[in-house]
Amino acid sequence: MTMTSIAQLIIGTTDLAAALLFLYGLKRMSSPVTAPSGIFVAGLGMLVAVLASFFYLFDVDAAAKPHLMVNVGLGVVALIAGGGVAWWAGKKVAMTAMPQMVAIYNGMGGGAAGAIAAVELFGGKTPGTTQLVVTLLGALIGAISLSGSLIAWAKLQGVIKKPLRVAGQQYFNLVVLLGTLAVAGYLVFVAQGASSQLLPTPQLIYLFFGCALVYGILMTLPIGGADMPVVISIYNAATGLAVGLEGFVLGNPALMIAGMVVGAAGTLLTLLMAQAMNRSVANVLFTNFGGAPTHKAGHIKGSMKPTAAADAGIAMRYAKSVIVVPGYGLAAAQGQQKLYEFVKLLLAADVSVKFAIHPVAGRMPGQMDVLLAEAGVPYDLIFQLDDINDEFKTTDVALIIGANDVVNPAARTDKGSPIYGMPILNADQAKQVYVVKRGQGKGYADIVNALFYADNCNMVYGDAAAVLTMMIEAVRGLGAKAAA
Amino acid sequence: MDFSIQITGFVALYIFMLAAFAGWVIIGHVPAILHTPLMSGSNFVHGIVVVGGMFALLNASTVQEQTIGFFAVLLGAGNAAGGYAVTDRMLAMFQTSGHKPTKHSHAKGSRPKAV
Repeated sequence: MTMTSIAQLIIGTTDLAAALLFLYGLKRMSSPVTAPSGIFVAGLGMLVAVLASFFYLFDVDAAAKPHLMVNVGLGVVALIAGGGVAWWAGKKVAMTAMPQMVAIYNGMGGGAAGAIAAVELFGGKTPGTTQLVVTLLGALIGAISLSGSLIAWAKLQGVIKKPLRVAGQQYFNLVVLLGTLAVAGYLVFVAQGASSQLLPTPQLIYLFFGCALVYGILMTLPIGGADMPVVISIYNAATGLAVGLEGFVLGNPALMIAGMVVGAAGTLLTLLMAQAMNRSVANVLFTNFGGAPTHKAGHIKGSMKPTAAADAGIAMRYAKSVIVVPGYGLAAAQGQQKLYEFVKLLLAADVSVKFAIHPVAGRMPGQMDVLLAEAGVPYDLIFQLDDINDEFKTTDVALIIGANDVVNPAARTDKGSPIYGMPILNADQAKQVYVVKRGQGKGYADIVNALFYADNCNMVYGDAAAVLTMMIEAVRGLGAKAAA
Repeated sequence: MDFSIQITGFVALYIFMLAAFAGWVIIGHVPAILHTPLMSGSNFVHGIVVVGGMFALLNASTVQEQTIGFFAVLLGAGNAAGGYAVTDRMLAMFQTSGHKPTKHSHAKGSRPKAV
């Protein structure tokens, strides 16, 4: 056997193993019990596939032979630099900043897929129309995913504060997309041997990538911050698709399988998220959510009734059952540890305590679960919307911390509300509702909450962590008095 | 012997179809509580693009191809390493309060009634 076929055998075998390990790893991630081993299995697949990729050096184009040592050197540097920085950042990032971190990593994947396509295009390495069309399609999706993910990051990080909206924006965006497709179409036309070209091929390729990147930016700019999780999920699926398509161009089934699995999984996840918000994916992408004039406050009867943190804490200590509804505001105040400390006090006093998580709590589906897990809350105390929503009406106290839109009853009753129809947690049906909130402001979606004005609701104003500390002290104080 | 892989038209479509179906089925069974780690985990999986980047870079024969190939590997490696680091951190945090870790305690109706 020649060195070339040995190299091909090794790469073929490891890539096959990697594809299997990815599928098995994702399967194991479907339960919290086996999930940590799932990511380990998938990681093992990645490691062997990357190491085996060095065997490509025995199987390169004749033109690349003189540059081989330089290329290998560049590869090692790129692997260590890219992998090292991302690893370090991933270990360091706060759990609350996780959505924007995933956006960044996802953009990198899209960029890599686009860069692979660029090498193929500039080098004229795409034999046949099918190859060329698939390369361009993967490049388009990858480039949109790159620039779009960066905008999503900027929005979540607070670099871009307001959605940018101008009249006729969607039409303009459509024109840019059609323009990009036209350049791609022209590239295919040129490749088939057009006699005279408007622009030399390399310039056309630059124009194509430029348009695609601009479209990714334009498409993401008008979307509100509250919708970013859905957008990141869409781009995650898009990157998967781009990787799968480039895998086809390179003749690498591992890329095809991994990419397409993520493409399908990401699409399903996107649909689930949009469903949780009772909106279609097209609605998220193309209607300017939150841009509508906000609610008239006079519409809502009653007034907000403030109460002291200590009183609320003691009331919960003597309640039979409490359901906690945490939201992003809790995480922003770094109050998860304090919350669990308070909950442990209640549990010790034989109060039944459960956590109710809305599908879109936090800035990413399931992020609230992760944040509670980080604080040490056991996952068998955590319940999802469908499983707990009927329990509110038989519960003594609903404690809402840092959540707003997900408990707004307007979603059930008020047809004019932008969140009308979104499934909400029925916290308003509890006998008593306490809302811990920084001030009288509105939620992330910028909508007035009718619950805050309800008769059975009291407001506890203050920073979530500080309020919880006062509640803990009040309940501990009771215990101390009883002992004395 | 020849171990090179040739994938043409319909074979590619069959691979795509089966992979898409597998992804759909596998993810359909993930409980909502794991959605964030899952998004991050699937994000990690498409980091395999780094292998394609290595292929492109090693086959580069001009400075332009080398430069773009370098970025392909750089970005792909970042996707893979970063995706693994954050997913691993998140999954390590999930724990139960001790009494019998019933696997699907979040599923409807499967919760044991308290006596």
